[in-house]
Amino acid sequence: MKVDCLIVGAGPAGSVMAREMASYGHNVLVVEKKQEIGCPKRCAEGITKHGLDKLEMKLHPLCIFGKIRGAMLYSPSSKKVVMEGEQMEGYVLERKIFEKWLASEAIRKGASYMVKTQAIGMKRENKEWKVKVRNVEGIHEIKAKIVVGADGVESKVGRWAGLNTINKITDYHSGIQFEMAGLNKIDENYIHIFFGKEVAPYGYAWIFPKAFSFNVGLGIIAKNAKMRAYDYLKKFIEEHKEIFENAQPIEINAGGVPVSHFTEMVSDGVMLVGDAAQLVNPIHGGGIYRAIHSSMIASKVANEALNKNDLSKEKLKEYEKKWNEEYEEKNKKLMKLRNFLERLEDNDFELLAEILEGEDIYALTQAKLAFFIKKVIKKPSLLRLAKKYLID
Amino acid sequence: MVRINYDACLYCGGCVGICPVDAITLYEVRIEINEKCVNCGNCVEFCPVGALVME
Repeated sequence: MKVDCLIVGAGPAGSVMAREMASYGHNVLVVEKKQEIGCPKRCAEGITKHGLDKLEMKLHPLCIFGKIRGAMLYSPSSKKVVMEGEQMEGYVLERKIFEKWLASEAIRKGASYMVKTQAIGMKRENKEWKVKVRNVEGIHEIKAKIVVGADGVESKVGRWAGLNTINKITDYHSGIQFEMAGLNKIDENYIHIFFGKEVAPYGYAWIFPKAFSFNVGLGIIAKNAKMRAYDYLKKFIEEHKEIFENAQPIEINAGGVPVSHFTEMVSDGVMLVGDAAQLVNPIHGGGIYRAIHSSMIASKVANEALNKNDLSKEKLKEYEKKWNEEYEEKNKKLMKLRNFLERLEDNDFELLAEILEGEDIYALTQAKLAFFIKKVIKKPSLLRLAKKYLID
Repeated sequence: MVRINYDACLYCGGCVGICPVDAITLYEVRIEINEKCVNCGNCVEFCPVGALVME
């Protein structure tokens, strides 16, 4: 079998890449190792309306399982800061449906799909890739002009192409989540975020409301934790009896969240998109928006490269350049902020809950640091950390 | 060496992403660790449910 573009992985990055490449008229095949696209999820399923608008994505209404007005943030002592406003509005998706819908959109544009099909290796010969895949029908070799690694944190495409995709344990959240039913006293119009060294060291815990259930999870940096992520989550549920007294799990999920992007994103005839290239917001760990955005940018470059029959690394590098133009500076600031936040003690969080408004926190997530620095350097206990991590 | 507790593993593939020697592969619902493993313990430290155990 021979295709223009072989995409490994049918998550949001892979299927949007497939949709775009098929729309340009290229011969596209997506291979997905799982028997069912979309599950089990490794995700809290949130995305903002603002993000969807920027991606020009009009969701199929069945993908939407929750509508969100904003976020409620809780300090370790349960001091609450509310974030709301147009920019904070969003949805909690049902990933099982969302990903199948994205695949169906790609198929409508002409993409081919193979499920329960695992890529097991690839080699480069005569300026094309030969990718071995294995499925119900045995082992096949697929020749492709370009291979797109949309294969998640466990990306093999990157490694096969000689790219370094090995995450550092200090930049990689250990995530765990129960989807639960039967919660009490939770405002279903907001996502709820809980901070504290004992709640989720170097990370946070979350409750995201869905139609008749909630995603309840947390992410930690395991190296700086005293227990497994699973134990922190059990403790969180135990300590919030008012919410979870009658709650029961209907699903359990885990995952690694790559919160620092470092990988070279292209090689000869190869591009990495989404989690495979650690394209995740380093502050909140959200990945759907950046995954889709990366595929939008990558597909434009791949289309041009195929049309010019130049699949060289130099040509494909345009994708990485465009990505960096949009994100490099912002990411640097967000990484600084992350380093700062990771070093806060519980009493510092209490202080921040006192001095920050909802809109301040939104501005922070947008990498606007100057006003924040002005605010925190007035607080002696935060001055040292601010000087060390926030001020150049 | 690293032992896999398949009863606990949620096949999230997170361990694959921090393996420095590419010794772990996720096959849909089953992880496998091959002979390249250098017992660095990264995967054991990361695993959200403790499904990987150093023995």
